[in-house]
Amino acid sequence: MFLGVSKRFDISRILVYAVLTAICVIVMVPFFLIVSSSLTSTQTLTLHGYSIIPTHFSFLAYRYIFRYPAVLLHAYGVTITITVVGTVGSVLLTSMMGYVLSRKDFRLVRPATFYVFFTMLFSGGLVPYYILMTHYLHLENSIFSMIIPGVITPFNVLIMKGFLAKIPVEIIESAKVDGASEFRIFFRMVLPLSTPALATLGLLVSFAYWGEWFNALLFINNQNLVPLQLMLYNIMNTVNFLANNPEGAATGLHVSLSSLPTISAQMAMVVLAAGPMMIIFPFFRRYFVQGLTVGSLKS
Amino acid sequence: MRRGDWELLALASPGIIYLLVMAYFPMVGAIVAFKTYLYNKGIFGSPWDGLQNFQFFFRSQEFLSITRNTIGYNLAFIFLGTVVAIGLAILMFFIHRNKGAVSVYQTVLFLPYFSSWIVVEYIVYGFLSQQHGLIDHAFFPPNHGINWYESPQYWPYILTAANLWHGVGFSTLIYFAGIMGIDPTYYEVAAIDGASRWQIVRRIMIPMLSPLIAILVIIALGSIFNADFGLFYFVPNNSAFLFPTTQVINTYVFRALIDLGQIGMSAAVGLYQSVVGLGAVILANYVVKKLNPDNALW
Repeated sequence: MFLGVSKRFDISRILVYAVLTAICVIVMVPFFLIVSSSLTSTQTLTLHGYSIIPTHFSFLAYRYIFRYPAVLLHAYGVTITITVVGTVGSVLLTSMMGYVLSRKDFRLVRPATFYVFFTMLFSGGLVPYYILMTHYLHLENSIFSMIIPGVITPFNVLIMKGFLAKIPVEIIESAKVDGASEFRIFFRMVLPLSTPALATLGLLVSFAYWGEWFNALLFINNQNLVPLQLMLYNIMNTVNFLANNPEGAATGLHVSLSSLPTISAQMAMVVLAAGPMMIIFPFFRRYFVQGLTVGSLKS
Repeated sequence: MRRGDWELLALASPGIIYLLVMAYFPMVGAIVAFKTYLYNKGIFGSPWDGLQNFQFFFRSQEFLSITRNTIGYNLAFIFLGTVVAIGLAILMFFIHRNKGAVSVYQTVLFLPYFSSWIVVEYIVYGFLSQQHGLIDHAFFPPNHGINWYESPQYWPYILTAANLWHGVGFSTLIYFAGIMGIDPTYYEVAAIDGASRWQIVRRIMIPMLSPLIAILVIIALGSIFNADFGLFYFVPNNSAFLFPTTQVINTYVFRALIDLGQIGMSAAVGLYQSVVGLGAVILANYVVKKLNPDNALW
């Protein structure tokens, strides 16, 4: 039968497993490449190139990084700071706004929803944004340049509106009859009732902050404020620069040779910077889908 | 306005002010596209220069090539992404009783979604780098490999593959959830009537999924002028040789602004992108409304 109730040997089911398994192996190959290169000595890499399975194990790259962990730890510090501060601020402000839009008895609910929704349809573009951040808000080389831009996104507000609209109207009505103010209702009743929604939002937002590089690329030159992703990009750029200007490397033009990561150290850095996120976030995959499906509900 | 309305307005006011500054101010600031920007004068103090910035861009060769690249890549991404994701979701449905296996497959397919485009840059470099790349070492005699980072003709395929690898797990999850939401009695009745698996997929599953497919495709078409900046900026490793096939509107604006400091011109290109983008969203929504009013965005 169609749903696979039949007990007879079913060749097509085996085929389905085979195809899916093959695709998953192909999807994993790039990760093997990174991990295996980080575990291979640079000499082997130079001789035989990158490989998917390491032939000569070497933990030298990791030992090298752990001996001088300052850059990596500092980038972790920056990323953790913007993630924590950004997520807390975002969950609070987004749920406040989303809650107001979810209240169908609010007189201005339609214009307010449009006010949020329109920013999804049209934007001034990169240049006015850049001028706003640098010329008017003076956020260049400030950690807030990586926090403020993601605090409220219209998409997240509409997700929260969708979530919070599920709170029964009777609860809010009865609180109003008891004379509670809207602030009291929101902070004392709505927020505690919607912790699952807040957790989902917090997950989506923290994922976005953790992977931040766009604003860092635009606004951060200060080495002390470089987050993880930008750190990886800077390492790649240094390597490119040296590959294209070998004589520059010899004279130590822009980079001191001691800070030059070897190929395997470079890959070990990728593993250490990007790895933890890839282990933690997939556990929450159903919340990512939930967020999207609720968000696409019609307003 | 009752007292409660004022209180609700106060509750929303941080968000309202935030969007006023971060979203609406830049919309007004887009007038810088019609000005010669002077750093000390700001947007509003700088002198007007009419359509000069636009003329410069629309007469350049880049106008056609970056528009073509942006639309072409997005169409390829939407088409392939949708077809592959639906295919994988249907395959998973065939074995959905085996929850453990489905969960493992979903997790593996979803993993690339959590790697940033910068990590993808490293991965692609690992495969293609001329000195140590996996592909050149494995498939070509020494020193006879392809110089990938100077050969633009290969990059439409490379970037499409990278994008599919990165995003297909997410779409598969959504379509799988959509398939699981279909009432199974439809299949049971069809199976009793002697329908084959393929017939059930074609005659029941795909039609039942079509509203979801339509919404997702149309939302994607609405942002057809908006390229995924990270993919196009990082993955080709900033190689100028590849610009003919890797430069899209977003990277062009970024490079004109940051690398060249051409503020007026890059603002003009950005405004052009926003305006045609708005047109695309409105058109897409209009089409959905005609097909099925319930699925429209507004």
